[in-house]
Amino acid sequence: MTPHRPDREVAIVAFAQSDHRRRTDDLSEVEMVMPVLHDVLRQTGLRTSDIGFTCSGSSDYLAGRAFSFTMALDGVGAWPPISESHVETDGAWALYEAWVKLLTGEADTALVYSYGKSSPGSVRDVLTRQLDPYYLAPLWPDSVALAALQAQALVDAGATDEPALAAIAARSREDATANPHAQLPGARPQGEYVVQPLRTGDCPPIGDGAAAVILAAGDRARELCARPAWIRGMDHRIEAHSLGVRDLTDSPSTRLAAERAGAFEAPVDTAELHAPFTSQEVVLRRALDLDESVRVNPSGGALAANPVMAAGLIRLGEAAARIHRGDSDRALAHATSGPCLQQNLVAVLEGDSDA
Amino acid sequence: MPEEPVAVVGIGQTKHVAARRDVSIAGLVREAAVRALEDAELTWADIDAVVIGKAPDFFEGVMMPELYLADALGAVGKPMLRVHTAGSVGGSTALVAANLVAARVHRTVLTLAFEKQSESNAMWGLSLPVPFQQPLLAGAGGFFAPHVRAYMRRTGAPDAIGSLVAYKDRRNALKNPYAHLHEHDLTLEKVQASPMLWDPIRYSETCPSSDGACAMVLTDRTGAARSPRPPAWVHGGAMRSEPTLFAGKDFVSPRAGRDCAADVYRQAGITDPRREIDAVEMYVPFSWYEPMWLENLGFAEEGEGWKLTEAGVTELDGDLPVNPSGGVLSTNPIGASGMIRFAEAALQVRGEAGEHQVDGAHRALGHAYGGGAQFFSMWLVGDTPPTG
Repeated sequence: MTPHRPDREVAIVAFAQSDHRRRTDDLSEVEMVMPVLHDVLRQTGLRTSDIGFTCSGSSDYLAGRAFSFTMALDGVGAWPPISESHVETDGAWALYEAWVKLLTGEADTALVYSYGKSSPGSVRDVLTRQLDPYYLAPLWPDSVALAALQAQALVDAGATDEPALAAIAARSREDATANPHAQLPGARPQGEYVVQPLRTGDCPPIGDGAAAVILAAGDRARELCARPAWIRGMDHRIEAHSLGVRDLTDSPSTRLAAERAGAFEAPVDTAELHAPFTSQEVVLRRALDLDESVRVNPSGGALAANPVMAAGLIRLGEAAARIHRGDSDRALAHATSGPCLQQNLVAVLEGDSDA
Repeated sequence: MPEEPVAVVGIGQTKHVAARRDVSIAGLVREAAVRALEDAELTWADIDAVVIGKAPDFFEGVMMPELYLADALGAVGKPMLRVHTAGSVGGSTALVAANLVAARVHRTVLTLAFEKQSESNAMWGLSLPVPFQQPLLAGAGGFFAPHVRAYMRRTGAPDAIGSLVAYKDRRNALKNPYAHLHEHDLTLEKVQASPMLWDPIRYSETCPSSDGACAMVLTDRTGAARSPRPPAWVHGGAMRSEPTLFAGKDFVSPRAGRDCAADVYRQAGITDPRREIDAVEMYVPFSWYEPMWLENLGFAEEGEGWKLTEAGVTELDGDLPVNPSGGVLSTNPIGASGMIRFAEAALQVRGEAGEHQVDGAHRALGHAYGGGAQFFSMWLVGDTPPTG
């Protein structure tokens, strides 16, 4: 598959996220989102009325009510009316929709945000409702059990073992000590099995959180950000739903999306991977041909903070922020949706070389 | 930066009914998708990406059903994007798909919207209790009835206007083989004698609950050149959103609707919509929304919309036919209803609308709205490619 080169220069120019917490009983979704919206707007000096397109990602099933995104929109301040859309999935796909909108030339700036509160219910139970409703969902296989199937397949294939998974867990939480927003920073025991071969340490924390990003095109991006994170390519692909027809040790959709995004054209120095389970980092590293020279999940990744529906957008934001700071020149960001990495998005971000 | 022109070359719908017990959700969506591919004389291999929309996941009880539907829609190995913008979603979904072509990210895109309402209960799906927020007042009718009353009071429209709309749309539906309600023995008197549900909205002035799906194949100029049947060309498309509840909101004629229409007309070079648009597929779930939206969309001056309806202007043989397909009043698979409006507008300018074809339809408007009359999406399609 040949890479698709976008016709227009578009960059991530600002990123903000909440402090991710085990529960936020004291906050409504709107109250959780508002500070991150204000943060990205403040970073760029833009006001809501300056934004050309707004897109959000969230899930009614997490909120426990239909049209849950309408209240968050009220918080954006959609008056006078704004050009706006919403995807019922991780905010990374909202960013994709906004990127396409900017590529048409109909807008020069976009605000993207997403949020999720897992704490009001049992997220393991809730996620079973996204499975095939006739054959699979009635069995209530939860997200950890499905990830454990994948992990066991990897162990059986000789692609990893429990000590290697523990090392991923330890590295991620150690890296998260530098991330003030992380929910689980610092050393912690691998713990008991949750579902064999996955132990507590191999699983993400359950938590609530939000994130926001501002995109801008061309010279607008240069005005708004000293070192924009240019989106050189972005693509996403989906695989079959049924786990029985997929090779769980591989992620062909990630590889395809990366090829199309141009990820293999030159080495990347950073990769922010949306891998809620340690074993999924193994799958993604293989699909993306990442070797030890690549800094993987310096933020701590989803193992340190996993606000469902925002965790993917945060990967794009964290990768972009490293470019903004000059810590990276070419970064890969990845987001996933669905059981066992069914759907995957890859973006390649670059900073201007210092001339 | 010039956009790639976008053409509609394939349209497929299911026969909309109260309950499709013979198919799964996957079977339902695949039926519409296959018909759209057949219409375009394309195969699954010609599709580069799939954009899917539906209204709340609680309506079927499946969270993010696009994951489960990837196989049925030939999306494995392709990009699949899920849009959700409340009742306007069918329109928004088509616009997101159109943008993929316009931005030259993909050449040929399948877009589809559906609702299989018989899988659960839409009214209660919308009525999950949330602390400190007003409930939806027993479904959408309870929410919208006071705004209809406000329109009547504001404009002095006679009580009979709503029933005229319902009688017209249900008669139009008899000419549309895909429409849900085919009420052959309906009379105006029967509409007016039907039970009052949410005063002033009567039973026969409300939309049904349907199972159904609608799909379209969108493609670029090269793809359109290979189309076996005339394409419909997108001349303008826009979305607008405003907050649900605030003191300055005009529920009778929301500003988001007016702004959205103005943006579409600007893109399409329309300066006098009443004269320059030949057919309108308008999102009218309760009959009184026809005169209300006629004003909101700029077809009539403020307070004058009901006069067009009363004078028969919006009849199938009038000079501004509204909902020749029978509209949402005859068919309402909620998440698909907006896309059906967009698709029916395209059918009109392709000259493919069959018995409900408007003679000489060169330009048609597809319109959708949702939430608390706060989300709007529209497109204007024509029988020739856009210039410039």
